Amino acid sequence: MTQLAMKALLLMAALGLAACNNPDRFGSGGADGANGTGGAGGIDSSGLGSAGDPNSPAYFAQTLGDRVFFPVDQSTLTAEAQGTLNGQAQWLNAQGASYAIIVEGHADEQGTREYNLALGARRASAVQNYLVSQGVAANRMRTVSYGKERPVEVCSVESCYAKNRRAVTVLSAGAGV
Amino acid sequence: MTPFKALALSLAAALSLIPAGVTQAEPLRLIITEGVIEPLPFAVPSFVAENGEAGDYAANISQVIAGDLSGTGLFREIPSSAFIAQVSSFDAPVGYPDWKAINAQALITGAVSASGGRIVVKFRVYDVFSGAELGDGLQFAGTTDSWRRMAHKVADAVYSRITGEGGYFDSRVVFVAESGPKNDRKKRLAVMDYDGANVSYLTDSSSIVIAPRFSPDGSRILFTSYATGFPRIYVMDTGNLKARALDEQPGTMTFAPRFAPDGRTVVFSLEQGGNSDIYSLDSGSGARQQLTNAPSIETAPSYSPDGSKIVFESDRSGTQQLYIMGAGGGEPQRISFGQGRYGTPVWSPRGDLIAFTKQHQGRFHIGVMRTDGSEERLLTASFLDEGPTWAPNGRVIMFTRETSGEGGQSALYSVDISGRNLRQVATDGPASDPAWSPLQP
Repeated sequence: MTQLAMKALLLMAALGLAACNNPDRFGSGGADGANGTGGAGGIDSSGLGSAGDPNSPAYFAQTLGDRVFFPVDQSTLTAEAQGTLNGQAQWLNAQGASYAIIVEGHADEQGTREYNLALGARRASAVQNYLVSQGVAANRMRTVSYGKERPVEVCSVESCYAKNRRAVTVLSAGAGV
Repeated sequence: MTPFKALALSLAAALSLIPAGVTQAEPLRLIITEGVIEPLPFAVPSFVAENGEAGDYAANISQVIAGDLSGTGLFREIPSSAFIAQVSSFDAPVGYPDWKAINAQALITGAVSASGGRIVVKFRVYDVFSGAELGDGLQFAGTTDSWRRMAHKVADAVYSRITGEGGYFDSRVVFVAESGPKNDRKKRLAVMDYDGANVSYLTDSSSIVIAPRFSPDGSRILFTSYATGFPRIYVMDTGNLKARALDEQPGTMTFAPRFAPDGRTVVFSLEQGGNSDIYSLDSGSGARQQLTNAPSIETAPSYSPDGSKIVFESDRSGTQQLYIMGAGGGEPQRISFGQGRYGTPVWSPRGDLIAFTKQHQGRFHIGVMRTDGSEERLLTASFLDEGPTWAPNGRVIMFTRETSGEGGQSALYSVDISGRNLRQVATDGPASDPAWSPLQP
């Protein structure tokens, strides 16, 4: 299976399972399963085509920038973030309905766990609302907060925290959510 | 009559006999105060094995009892190498002078018999300097694989007789067992005895799980899981490990669940469109009630022990602060006014205090305050302390401490509400988000 197909499958599995209620899905206490989507967390779009191809998700992620950053304990979009999101919106609008979108909100480790979940949700929602204001269809998007569960940088100083206070626009093949 | 009721009655009877059994004017009593105290010296000679099968259990049980009492920081074990007297029979008279000579203020003797997978543990507590028994002897019976629980029950009874307060040793802690690197942490729900023994895992590590909490009777666990890819609250039966989602409204995130004292109502946060508010849910009927309605973050709700109020955190003032509202909602009253941010409030089982996480000038603290916000005391300080949970007797708080940097890891710590006796709880690996059970029946 290609990486693209795998990622798409994982994402669709995540979306599909949302309405399912299977009491056995937590697995046995003894098994140490590695399947599922939540454990992988922060699904990213690396490997989805070539960054040189302006129509590829890789171009979206790497050249346009798939993420925006926030000041400490804030969810308002900076001018720089708005610039990035304008580029995202143009690309998403040009791609028609080719991709479903999940906006992930994240926080740095300097906060309590549940507050950071709520803060990550605020950040994801701020990005979603901005993309909608720029013409991206709301029904293509979902948000998810990871709070401080999935940092990309692991040092405990501001240079890392600044990169962890982020919202990431994650694409997946397939229209709508 | 259930064994628990029989035990409760016999324990009550034993306690009521103390005045008659103690002849001196000042019976052994450790008053737990906020000041510095000298730990009370005690001796626990190895329990007498009354038959061959009981051999290993007898020694192990007395060690667990000694560990429980010493672990409180209120008691100090006198090593057996200092003993003058030996206890070879449970019913033989106690030679008080021999125990006085080594300054053992309390003496705990016991005996164990075992057969056919069953075990019986008997014990007596002596006030050495009064030369009298402290309460009556008691016995516990159960299966051999519950020997640690019986040791904890003995220790709870001893603690209770000497301090006049309830114990907390026969209790469990549900927590999140962690592994893997900081940017891809694997998390599983696990449960263990309060002292780290008897660990079992409740989920595999395929989904992020956070912040489990026991029901008031310990039979169910609430938690948040990413099993669907999105955070959602679940309730798990601790007997068969079956879990079900509690609130599955699409397009929302649910988190921070906690039971009401009725064991039926669940209070939690629901996020929709980026805004988190507090809701309550009847876990039987699924009926949901919105308790806060504000554009700010409202989360981490915790009921008062009588179920009439809820303490929670909100950033409606601009930063995280603590508020109290009625269990049905209504206008909340802010109770935290110190410098810094306050979160994760948890109401004490005694009702008198609220434990919280405080973030100030780049440090994290676990603290307690009275329910009106007065008498704030910080008990700990580190790079990252968070998520207090109360021991069943309201004397001890367990929490998560995480170290900094690339190799940063979480561990469980406990601290007395006096701020004394900070210690790491033994776990097999990194661990976070502890939640204490009630005392087991």
